[in-house]
Amino acid sequence: MTELLSTEPIRMLVFLVGIVMFVAFNAAYLTLLERKASSWFQRRLGPMEVGPHGLLQPIADGIKLAGKQIIIPDGVDRVLFILSPVMVSVPVIMNLSTIPFSETIEARNVNLGLLMILSFASFNVMGVMFGGWASRNKYSVISAARVVAQNVAYEIPMFLIAISLVVVTHTFDLRETVLLQSGGFWNWNLFKLGVSPLMPVACLLFFVCLLAETNRSPFDMMEAESELIAGAITEYSGMGFGLFFISEYANIVVGSCLVTILFLGGWNCPFGLYPGLHWFFVKMYGIIFVVIWVRWSFPRIQFYGLLNLSWKILIPVSLAHLLLTCVMVKLW
Amino acid sequence: MSLDATTIQGETFVVNLGPQHPATHGVLRVKLTLDGEYIMNAEPVIGYSHRMHEKMAENRTYPQYFANIGRIDYVGAMIYNFGYASAVERLAGIQVPERAEYIRVITSELNRIASHLLWFGPFIIDLGGLTPLLYAFDDREAILNLLESVAGARLTFSYFRFGGVCNDIDEDFMAGCRAFIPRMRERLTLYRRLVTENVIFRKRVEGIGIIPPEICRTYGATGPVLRGSGIRYDVRKNEPYSIYPLLDFDIPAFAECDSMARYRVRMEEMNQSLRIVEQALDRLPSGPVMAEKVPRVLKPPKGDCYFNVEGARGSFGIRIVSDGTDTPYRLKLRTPCFANLSLFGEVSRGMLLADSLALLGSLDLCIPDVDR
Amino acid sequence: MVGVVRYFRDIALGLYTLMVGMAVTFRNMFQPAVTLQYPHEHLEMTPRFRGPVELIRDQETGQPHCVVCMMCQKACPTGCIDVDGEKPAGAKRKVPTRFILNFTTCSLCGLCVESCKFDALRHSRVYNQASTRKEDFIMDLLHLKENGGAS
Repeated sequence: MTELLSTEPIRMLVFLVGIVMFVAFNAAYLTLLERKASSWFQRRLGPMEVGPHGLLQPIADGIKLAGKQIIIPDGVDRVLFILSPVMVSVPVIMNLSTIPFSETIEARNVNLGLLMILSFASFNVMGVMFGGWASRNKYSVISAARVVAQNVAYEIPMFLIAISLVVVTHTFDLRETVLLQSGGFWNWNLFKLGVSPLMPVACLLFFVCLLAETNRSPFDMMEAESELIAGAITEYSGMGFGLFFISEYANIVVGSCLVTILFLGGWNCPFGLYPGLHWFFVKMYGIIFVVIWVRWSFPRIQFYGLLNLSWKILIPVSLAHLLLTCVMVKLW
Repeated sequence: MSLDATTIQGETFVVNLGPQHPATHGVLRVKLTLDGEYIMNAEPVIGYSHRMHEKMAENRTYPQYFANIGRIDYVGAMIYNFGYASAVERLAGIQVPERAEYIRVITSELNRIASHLLWFGPFIIDLGGLTPLLYAFDDREAILNLLESVAGARLTFSYFRFGGVCNDIDEDFMAGCRAFIPRMRERLTLYRRLVTENVIFRKRVEGIGIIPPEICRTYGATGPVLRGSGIRYDVRKNEPYSIYPLLDFDIPAFAECDSMARYRVRMEEMNQSLRIVEQALDRLPSGPVMAEKVPRVLKPPKGDCYFNVEGARGSFGIRIVSDGTDTPYRLKLRTPCFANLSLFGEVSRGMLLADSLALLGSLDLCIPDVDR
Repeated sequence: MVGVVRYFRDIALGLYTLMVGMAVTFRNMFQPAVTLQYPHEHLEMTPRFRGPVELIRDQETGQPHCVVCMMCQKACPTGCIDVDGEKPAGAKRKVPTRFILNFTTCSLCGLCVESCKFDALRHSRVYNQASTRKEDFIMDLLHLKENGGAS
């Protein structure tokens, strides 16, 4: 009886509800942030009609999406078709359960947290592949195959950099990683040049891999390149489509959290004064802003250019970084 | 990245690009035979926008046709006005006063800059960059405001008349032009930094869509397409008209024949147009803007005449056959986009689909100009 | 060896151009918006703006200057002007009884305004006509204020 009333399951339930709300709120308001930020860059005023300065726009968009009929085309593989949006959005929510937002706020401290996040991130690929395959549309299959090639090519440098960071911090646990960076900003992993002189380069590489993994411009083959073909998610309407987009923005959130924790010191203040949740959010939203900024500044990269970039530039550089880090850690 | 188109590997499928498509800048349909991503055969199908302008000319008097001529290439309508008015003036022997010639050149060159800015935006959008469009339209707004204050319209100008222009320009217009020129030069540096030197953009257009000069000559391509293949031919220099011989400007031409060369030709042309506007403003004489004694009902003598102007997209030619009445017997329009589009079928063989869209964008097509 | 150096140099130069591009968009972020919030904000048109034509009326009597000479009807390329008039008893000139402008075919070329020798037509400066009915664009220029039309 006492086990049922113990605080651990209740605490986890509260956190789970909190995380789902956080993901939903972020996904909704990140669409508004993207539209508003794009309008600032383009010297215009973005959404202004719904609510003051467009603040209620995501609610209107959500109501519209929820009210659409969910059409399942004839002849598709029903199981995979319905499974695919679920498969894309659930792992993201699970990822967020291991991320430490501050010293006390964390749903579940897993001491292999980094490994868990990286492995769940590759579920995204399978979800898109199932969606493209199940759509019974030859262009969706081609587009899905491209997404798979892109994601696989960019997972490798991401994992290599994560491994080199583990060599530096000696732990997979994300909370430990942040605790090791406490103090001023000179303790952040980004500036630990004594351990690995290429650390800023590694951060940049990780950021590029984040852009490619979440299918953001300039790597957005799936969303926009197929001017002729409509992409892997063409047959989805209403909430299925909504789930794909929620998962895209949630992936961006998870990726930014990861960059913040691994390189920028998590919830630590730059001068070691008042660490806490607010610093985490400042850094996380800063990275998200940079992701949006990159999208609206550059054209799209061509598909062979994207694969060239990964295999010929990112992987050699990340391998070199890993080697260098191992050598430096061994010697010093 | 291209495939030798003579070896058909695997099976091919036929796909329609258009007629409704965000990348074709108008109602153009291209029947593509694709092998995976490579184009084996591309056949443009035109005529979706055919409005029979040449037939309408036979039923309209000469002044009434000004409304039509602005709508053929609506982006560079002032220059087409120039061609039509000059053709009829040559046929009827009407002399245009000097001030009117200068005003014609100033407004035409401003229109050319506006047309190139309108090409620039959608070209970068085809490649995925959505921001430069808004910057280009901001500049275009400045030009259109200037032209609206004299011509009354922003896109389809009917500003010219036989013997001159219909309104005179005032001090505000000249001050606005003079303020616009340094502003545009600064914006051209902004475009250079944001787009031209960008490594992602360069990888998308350098070496893509090579049009050898022989193909240009075979299909009769003119304008920036021709000058991007190294042939330095411009109607304003090779067959000069109006006051262009008195002005000092260069014709840019680059020999690389790829989409980047055509892009650079157009960006440099904007610069040269600014030079022309500057010089014309400095030399603007005073005087009337309309020739005297132009009959209200114009009946040119029997005969035919051909007049050629440098439109924003290439050489625009107009041939009028008159039989002595107040409507033309035959009016033939030689539009640049028709010739420029016809080389797409041959050049795009073996290209990747996305690269062929970059090529289509760099040809600067206005589909109503193709179909008339 | 030269190949290795060029490899790194290309990467560095490419990265530099990307940073320059991002700086351009960042700088533009702090500049004011250039757009107009239509329809909340009203725009003033230039004097020579070509809106739909309207009849010029005499200042004192309120009667239009038009004498029904039909020059505008003849000059129009699309035949969108329809004028009818009569000469009332004891008057020196004709008076228009019907002046319909079919704006659906009007191309705003200005030939009617130019051809009028009696100073009876001019371009108005109306720019924001939007309607869901085609009938709003068959403009009765004599009774413009009463029917409220599409202005």
